Amino acid sequence: MIKSFSIASMTMSLALLLGVSASQAADPVKGKEYFMKYQCSSCHGTVGQGTNSGPKLAPDPLPLDAMMNFVRNTMGQMPAYTEKILNDAQFADIHAYLSTMPKTQDYKSIPLLNLN
Amino acid sequence: MRDNNPKFDRRKFMTGAAVAGAAVATPGADATTGTAQAAIRPPVAVRPTAQEMNLEFAALSGPSATYPGKPGSDFMVDVLRTLNIDYIATNPASSCRGIHESIINYNPGQNPELLTVMHEETGAGMAHGYAKVTGKPMALLFHGTVGIMHASMAVYNAWCDRVPMIIFAGNHTDAADRLPGVPTTHAAQDPLQMIRDFTKWDDQPASLQHYAESVVRAYKIAMTAPQEPVCISLDGHLQDHPIPEGVKLSIPKYVASSQPHGDPNAVREAARMLAAAQHPVIVVDRAARTAKGQALLIELAEALNASVVDLFGRQNFPNRHPLNQTERARVVTGQADVIMGLEVNDFWNVINSMTDNIESTQSRRAKADVKTITISTQDLYIRGNYQDFQRFQTADVSIAADSEVTLPMLIEEVKRALTPEQKAVGTKRAEDLKKANLQTKERLMQAAAIAWDAQPITTARLSAEVWAVIKDENWGMVSRDSSLSNWPHRLWNFDKYHQFIGGSGGAGVGYGLPAALGGALGHKAMGNGVIPINFQNDGDAMFAPGALWTACHHNIPILNIMHNNRAYHQEVMHVQRMGNRRNRGIENAHIGTVIDKPFVDFAGLAKSMGMTGIGPISNPNDLGPALKRAVAMVKAKEPVLLDIITQPR
Repeated sequence: MIKSFSIASMTMSLALLLGVSASQAADPVKGKEYFMKYQCSSCHGTVGQGTNSGPKLAPDPLPLDAMMNFVRNTMGQMPAYTEKILNDAQFADIHAYLSTMPKTQDYKSIPLLNLN
Repeated sequence: MRDNNPKFDRRKFMTGAAVAGAAVATPGADATTGTAQAAIRPPVAVRPTAQEMNLEFAALSGPSATYPGKPGSDFMVDVLRTLNIDYIATNPASSCRGIHESIINYNPGQNPELLTVMHEETGAGMAHGYAKVTGKPMALLFHGTVGIMHASMAVYNAWCDRVPMIIFAGNHTDAADRLPGVPTTHAAQDPLQMIRDFTKWDDQPASLQHYAESVVRAYKIAMTAPQEPVCISLDGHLQDHPIPEGVKLSIPKYVASSQPHGDPNAVREAARMLAAAQHPVIVVDRAARTAKGQALLIELAEALNASVVDLFGRQNFPNRHPLNQTERARVVTGQADVIMGLEVNDFWNVINSMTDNIESTQSRRAKADVKTITISTQDLYIRGNYQDFQRFQTADVSIAADSEVTLPMLIEEVKRALTPEQKAVGTKRAEDLKKANLQTKERLMQAAAIAWDAQPITTARLSAEVWAVIKDENWGMVSRDSSLSNWPHRLWNFDKYHQFIGGSGGAGVGYGLPAALGGALGHKAMGNGVIPINFQNDGDAMFAPGALWTACHHNIPILNIMHNNRAYHQEVMHVQRMGNRRNRGIENAHIGTVIDKPFVDFAGLAKSMGMTGIGPISNPNDLGPALKRAVAMVKAKEPVLLDIITQPR
């Protein structure tokens, strides 16, 4: 589960990384809400882990600009999200949410993934 | 009555005096029908008058009340027994009452055992799963009109999936003889017309001898590749009445047809092409009909050191075999200079692709100059209405035959054709493929670790938890796992034929629970000790939840693991695409696609039908203990359901 303290603690650092002011800081809590509301989770999983219907988005998401460029312009199976549907601020919030995902532990440290 | 018809002389014992006497004794009765006035009396909840009771008595009494001789439906059961049909599933139907009574009372204890299903779709789905596990057809006994309507979607799935089953549909053909009201409403001139487009053969026998010959013919047709459902309309009068006096009946001996074998010259040409290829790829869909089929595919792939891509129509090829390149399908297909499809239903989609982006962008997966070979029964039998045959794709060598029986010759020809130089190239290729497989496995294992502790539970975590509990057991998956992003096929070891049965074929929702139960019944019937595992989608389960009751009623052990993502997620994605393409947004995509308010209590549903229900489980750390408990119960011959709250995919 994504702990609220981890989301809060990363909000500021993400805002700094993205070079936006504090008032415009991307909000990962809202981002999670949008991620569900705009059905990103249907194909990519609720924490962006990826499924056979959509690739992994997190942890370590693409840079915001690159991800937004793809989402705005894709002609693939995933329909493009115009700004009317998902505005830049909301998109940044989603990106912030994905950026809060903890690093994946090495599968070799998980006993169930080391069974024959 | 129809007794006047010399064609139907089954009531010779019924004397004219008796009929006349009944008519005289009961004012208002028509001597030619015997039942007319009684039949038109509307149903009422008040005590009948003396005259009405007399009419009823006259209609039911007389020589036919207990008739001498052997019932026609007993003979019908004799025919089923000669074919060694083990099970016949029914939802009770008046048009099948004669044979129903014979199955349960005529030498009881013998097969076929009558199974009670709560929906005809459940019965047909069970027959689907049963046939894929046992290789034998199950029989179904349904109303000819409303029952067939209920069963039709599941029959279509079986048709698309090349699965045999024998459907018996009750029908009263003689309007002068059948009861008015519901029995007549349920009768039809041609009751099988509605499923004729997706059954291989049907008949409506007019006599018991005709029935015997048609049932044996139907069985033979169903079992000859391409294996498909067949249907027999059972006349109610033939069932209900005695075998006519003096009539001698015989049951034809069933002799299985040899399966269609590929033309030797075409097989030889295919072998030469494969042997000469630098990057041969074998694509398999419903290639292996039996365990022998899988063994032959391994032999062929190893002889060629060819990549194998599995489309999961059957347990075709071990998933951990180094030549299995299914996870790298795009790569090997794109590199291939020769691609061979074995019983591939949609070969166009192997060579090409289409993106679902409204514009339907088409692209080529394979090289422009790739050489192609197909071995398929699709060219032997096809129907024009329903489009399950998919888009047309030319092949350079197209062999109309059953893959499995053609493989021994193909293997022999490949071994003969391979030069030492080609063998050396193949050996090097196998090493490269093995390395690529190891890299892919590493990538997948790391992907499985993502969001390991997430709630809802990831499908990778769920699959890993199940594997930990069953890996040392004798298990068989009786469902598909595409809704779980194929994690069982990525994490488990599928190397035995009984461990996987493929999917629905027609993608008709409602297949899952019945087909899994049929597969579990097959394992039970074979006495192989297999623990049947069903990954069950929640939306699919709600089409035929009565299958849970059938599992309990007939003591069919099965481990049902609910993949409860609380939505029809495939459809969420479709609606989402439309909303975005039309620039109207997707905020409302949940409407009509999610299953909430209220959530379904699947454990409670199971309990209501007598099955142990565990859950809902939303904490992944609770999975292990629950699964251990459930597996222990299935090993103790009980059906169990675990409700797991899961990620969408």
